[in-house]
Amino acid sequence: MSGETEKDIDEVTGTDTTGHSWDGIKELNNPLPRWWLWSFYLTIIWGIGYSIAYPAWPMVSSATAGLLGYSTRGEVAQDIARFEEANAEISAQLASADLDTLAENEELARFATSAGGAVFRNNCSQCHGSGAAGFTGYPNLLDDDWLWGGDFENIEYTIRHGIRNEEDWDARYSEMTAYDDIFSNEEVDQVVQYVRLISGQEHDAGMAEAGNDLFLDNCAACHGDNGMGNRDLGAPNLTDAIWLYGGDLEALEETVRYARFGVMPPWGERLTEAEIKAVTAYVHQLGGGE
Amino acid sequence: MSDTPNTTGKGFLAKHAFLERSPTLLLVSSLLVVTVGGIVEIAPLFYLENTIEEVEGVRPYSPLELAGRDIYIREGCYVCHSQMIRPMRDEVERYGHYSLAAESMYDHPHQWGSKRTGPDLARVGGKYSDAWHLDHLIAPRSVVPESIMPGYAYLLDTKVNAEYNADLVATHSFIGVPYTEEMVELAASDTLAQADPDTDAYDDLLERYPGAQIRNFDDEPGVSEMDALIAYLQMLGTTVDFSTFTPDASR
Repeated sequence: MSGETEKDIDEVTGTDTTGHSWDGIKELNNPLPRWWLWSFYLTIIWGIGYSIAYPAWPMVSSATAGLLGYSTRGEVAQDIARFEEANAEISAQLASADLDTLAENEELARFATSAGGAVFRNNCSQCHGSGAAGFTGYPNLLDDDWLWGGDFENIEYTIRHGIRNEEDWDARYSEMTAYDDIFSNEEVDQVVQYVRLISGQEHDAGMAEAGNDLFLDNCAACHGDNGMGNRDLGAPNLTDAIWLYGGDLEALEETVRYARFGVMPPWGERLTEAEIKAVTAYVHQLGGGE
Repeated sequence: MSDTPNTTGKGFLAKHAFLERSPTLLLVSSLLVVTVGGIVEIAPLFYLENTIEEVEGVRPYSPLELAGRDIYIREGCYVCHSQMIRPMRDEVERYGHYSLAAESMYDHPHQWGSKRTGPDLARVGGKYSDAWHLDHLIAPRSVVPESIMPGYAYLLDTKVNAEYNADLVATHSFIGVPYTEEMVELAASDTLAQADPDTDAYDDLLERYPGAQIRNFDDEPGVSEMDALIAYLQMLGTTVDFSTFTPDASR
């Protein structure tokens, strides 16, 4: 390490060099550009200010809170409150609205439908489909066929309390009997043929005839003597072409043998009052509302 | 390589040239510098009171839920699903209350994730019925046509090994999850009991794991991996009662 105090000035440019030399090629020791250097100092000063203004330094039991009193949780609460406030008036109006007369208030109805659409897409579409057409086992909400009723009151009740769930004691409840152990194989076939008959499908007339009595003795209590169903019990109408689990022989046999038990969760706790009304209005206007 | 050094600095700064020319020393010194950063930024999180929030209701996973959690990790669900609702309005509107650190305090490792190909699952518990989860796990597109999730029907084929699962509970107990001796001892039978709604241990199980859901999740006899996974999914985000919980803004 020789010449530590000597400067090695490059002859051509007159600039100091770093002392690094590769095969005689030397590295110039130009000073940093002023704009860069001052930006660097400024960021340091800004950093000090920032750490005073915002939560930053760990102390003994907690970190410094910062002069501005910022917190992520505070911010999200504020943000939510801002939107709630913006919608406060119309939400309150909707929460206490009588849905039967909703259509008279055009602005409120429009708000309910679009707000309800958002609630539906987030919470309901996974089972009922994004277009509300349902899937096997998950009812179609577009048609006129309702299991538990399709007026505002019934739709709202179903949404609020759900169906056959364990969380809500007021959930709609009914349970079909599984006839696997009760009917003989022949009787199962006969009832299936009878259901095919009343739903206007291809069937074996003789077996269907025999199934008539079995139906009246076992099924009619819920599905009605004529098989038109009973909304108080969520018992489907068996005479139309709309099937929740399928109307072919295989599906019908499985239904008769092992019954079905569709569950819907309750939404009363998850959604606000206005959201429940909104999604009720949305489902009602999809096509089947009564 | 440089031949003759010609450093203009004096005293302390001159020593830097020496440091730069000693690779081992440079490595050790860099490590020390980085360590300072680590101590200042990470260590306080372990003792600062405002980073450690105890929340009522959070409990260790029941054995069956823990088995489901292991399946969740094994199948790589975390690759597409996060389990952390960030404190932002749009997330809270869609998924529910933002996640609390305490809610994953018994997660080893946590499943927060940072990639959402599918939706966040931090509060999926109770949102859908067991039957929906079953349909959806067997054939996702049978209920969500636009989904790109793969099917997991084979989970129905494998039964949960209660004995091995008890070992899993013991391991979690070993690394600090506060399972009582009783919980570890009964882990094997609890694993099976939670998927049996007629179990004799119903009340005891609820006492050990408040809020645990005891059902036959997959509607098939026996305790399959499907039972375990659905039990896990159905409890996610359900332990804290947000109607009574008041968030402390300084956290």
